[in-house]
Amino acid sequence: MSSAAAFPVSTTSVSGASAVRIRVSRDDIVLRSGLVLLITLLVVAVVFPLYTLLSKSFEDNDGEFVGLQNFREYFETPALFTSITNSIGVAISVAFIVLVLAFVYAYALTRTKMPLRGLFRGIALIPILAPSLLAAISLIYWFGNQGVLKSWLFGASIYGPIGVIMASCFWVFPHALMILVTALSTADARLYEAAEALRTPKWRVFWTVTLPGAKYGILSTGFIVFTLVITDFGVPKVIGGRFNVLATDVYKQVVGQQNFEMGAVVSLVLLLPAVVAFIADRWVQRKQVALLSARAVPFQPKADPLRDWLLFVFCAIIAFIFIAMLAMAAYASFVTFWPYNLSLTLKNYDFDLMDGGGWEAYYNSIRLAIYCAVFGSGLIFLGSYLVEKARGIIWLRTILHLGAMLPLAVPGLVLGIAYIFFFNHPDNPLGFLYGTMGILVICTIVHFYTVSHLTCLTALKQLDPEFEAVALSLKTPVWRTFRKVTLPVCLPTLLDVASYLFLNAMTTVSAVVFLYSPETMLASVAVLNMDDAGDIAPAAAMALMIVYTSACFRIMHGLLSRYLKRRTQVWRNQ
Amino acid sequence: MPESKQAYLHIENLTKHFGGFVAVRQLSLEIFSGEFICFLGPSGCGKTTLLRAIAGLDPQSSGSITQGEKDISNLPPSERDFGIVFQSYALFPNLTVFQNVAYGLENQRLPKAEIRKRVTELLQLVGLPEQTEKYPAQLSGGEQQRVALSRALATSPGLLLLDEPLSALDARVRAALRQEIRALHERLGVTTILVTHDQEEALSMADRIVVMNHGRIEQVGTPEEIYGTPASPFVADFIGVMNFMQGEITSSGTVRIGENSINCETTNIQVGRKVRLTVRPEDILCSADSASDQALRENSFLLQVESVEFLGSFCRLILSGPEGFGKLKADLSTQQVHELKVTQNSRLTAEFPSRNLRIFPESS
Repeated sequence: MSSAAAFPVSTTSVSGASAVRIRVSRDDIVLRSGLVLLITLLVVAVVFPLYTLLSKSFEDNDGEFVGLQNFREYFETPALFTSITNSIGVAISVAFIVLVLAFVYAYALTRTKMPLRGLFRGIALIPILAPSLLAAISLIYWFGNQGVLKSWLFGASIYGPIGVIMASCFWVFPHALMILVTALSTADARLYEAAEALRTPKWRVFWTVTLPGAKYGILSTGFIVFTLVITDFGVPKVIGGRFNVLATDVYKQVVGQQNFEMGAVVSLVLLLPAVVAFIADRWVQRKQVALLSARAVPFQPKADPLRDWLLFVFCAIIAFIFIAMLAMAAYASFVTFWPYNLSLTLKNYDFDLMDGGGWEAYYNSIRLAIYCAVFGSGLIFLGSYLVEKARGIIWLRTILHLGAMLPLAVPGLVLGIAYIFFFNHPDNPLGFLYGTMGILVICTIVHFYTVSHLTCLTALKQLDPEFEAVALSLKTPVWRTFRKVTLPVCLPTLLDVASYLFLNAMTTVSAVVFLYSPETMLASVAVLNMDDAGDIAPAAAMALMIVYTSACFRIMHGLLSRYLKRRTQVWRNQ
Repeated sequence: MPESKQAYLHIENLTKHFGGFVAVRQLSLEIFSGEFICFLGPSGCGKTTLLRAIAGLDPQSSGSITQGEKDISNLPPSERDFGIVFQSYALFPNLTVFQNVAYGLENQRLPKAEIRKRVTELLQLVGLPEQTEKYPAQLSGGEQQRVALSRALATSPGLLLLDEPLSALDARVRAALRQEIRALHERLGVTTILVTHDQEEALSMADRIVVMNHGRIEQVGTPEEIYGTPASPFVADFIGVMNFMQGEITSSGTVRIGENSINCETTNIQVGRKVRLTVRPEDILCSADSASDQALRENSFLLQVESVEFLGSFCRLILSGPEGFGKLKADLSTQQVHELKVTQNSRLTAEFPSRNLRIFPESS
């Protein structure tokens, strides 16, 4: 009988033995080609443009390298420099306000027996259906120079930091709420039972169990709200007045003054806080992993009339404000001539008579949204599949994953400018894309790549890692298992991603505002342009068309998901 | 044991390391055609790593594997010949039982009727002929594992790999499935490797057991050999329950423990060497306290009962004896315990028959 003693072991013989190299199979060739292809796409669509942007900031008007000249000029211009403090100040204020409000709201939704929780949840998600501009337009009707509640501001102007902060709070609220709801729903009931058994007072349970449990969710929300606000361009453009922020500076430098080099500098300055927030958020996410064990018992809230009704009042006020914001914009879009002639009319929807692209812009937006949903979700799912399931070649998979994470750190505005520099360069063979629908699709998919990628990865990680091993033992090619098993099982996730891309493509302004051409004008950009031209009512009308379309799409997505769930519930573990 | 002792799988000098950690070290092994073999060991001993190297899922760092006449060391898993069953079943959730079992067959482009016939046959074999249209989530764990088994057998692989297939099931189902897998193997005769950390599973199912520890083989042998003549203290301790006593060889055939001498086979271990003397709890023969009997028989000592643990069909006594014996476990049938009127603090004569004693030299 063989025993260990028969084979003298020494470390030198281990390392000295010739290494085994497994022959590459047909499957491996397919998967590796896929990886290389996707990495190439991401390099061309993200890394090259960013590199061009970076090098542009060190050049003068004629393309000569001038070192830090542009940066020196930037920091010596007080008007530009104050934008930094303005931007950071607004972003921190909004992060703080939204964090407090959304936390209480999320707490009411997840930890209480408050009535109408489903309705409140639905109302709070409305802003996701609208471009960020909508909130700003609505605020103008409420508190603007001719607003109904102007007097409530005691003489202060809505055009400035107040308006920017209020409108930003509105549109980032659902983003914050979704993270906090997730953070608060994953509670371990056993901790609460233990606390109760030890006769802990309720406020102490809140401070010692609830808050620490949601700690990472709260931090993450803070970083994400900060990034969303500091990189948003629509709100300050519409309601910021003379209050300059980094995002509007970029737009002014590039679109207004055609000073591309300075635009590059400002967008790099804008990139910095976004990258810092991104890194901080990644760090927080990593910490979160081990928090909840698989054995945790889900928390079931108990009724507490006093608390539940107090929170009901709170949620009702927030929900009322949300509806008021939407309703005012909707109402104003039908008004003949605010505030002098309040009779209702449809003329504001006659977009073809205004500057701003007309109905064609609306149809372009739908086209863009469909392309992004179809091609984007397919491409992103494929990418995440390769990252998660390709065997061996870890370094290639890691590169693709890093490439997929990168877009999250790049604000849309920065991405848009980088695309101008890269695709508009005379030597670029891809220059034919410039000014087409193609570049808008690519830019939008890249802009929203990371969140979709992470969603797909989460779904794929839930599949048994041994599926592929079994398929290999049955001599099944990898694409057959992908088609027969992986794809059908992940279909609901794929639909979610498609829906996410569709809604964002409908509402986004920041990246595409630099890239549209007269033929590819988009609805969200039309809102901006009509507002700029003083046609506020038509701008509101177009913004509402986006809301209606998004809402319809959302409902269709909901019905389709429910149908799928019913059809597959036989095999899905409920 | 199979009659034809033909080596089917040859593993030579296989090493696998993950970074600096060596999971399997310079391991060599022969597995015979039609054999049911178990890789047994504590978690982290390298048994699963070895299995996955044989499958090509996590290729070895060095060393070679030959299956049949063919060197498969460098082949990707899809070009090797094996079926595999995992602890998690890994059944495709969106496919029915029928589609799961047919999955590998469809790939061979067999006619539909033939696939249907084969799948029905296989499900009959594992006792699930009625469940073809159900989905995995609608089956119990035991049923799911049966489906996984028939899926693995569908393509008639030359080698069946079972990676802790019973560990996720509850005790009753586990015992039943143990018998079924064994019976299935007897019927099909496919060379089978089972990875397990459960010694009972290994002892009851295997033709031969490979006991592994720290990435090395401790012993290879039939269940009887492994249990009866463990090759190392690790095997002695890991398989079943074992008493260990510290001693020293005083002359050939005699070991001194404390003040007492015990006769036993000392083979060729030199005199004066420190050793560990082992005896199984069921091999300690207990009788009533009687000084005269004790003097008559060899290796008999007077021990005191420290405690009695009732375990159903038998009782485990904890005995303390003369210096050096430490605390010893001895198993007595419940009937014997009554006959001898064993209670706490009662005294017993315990005999250590020399044929059941085994010594291991203390590592210096």
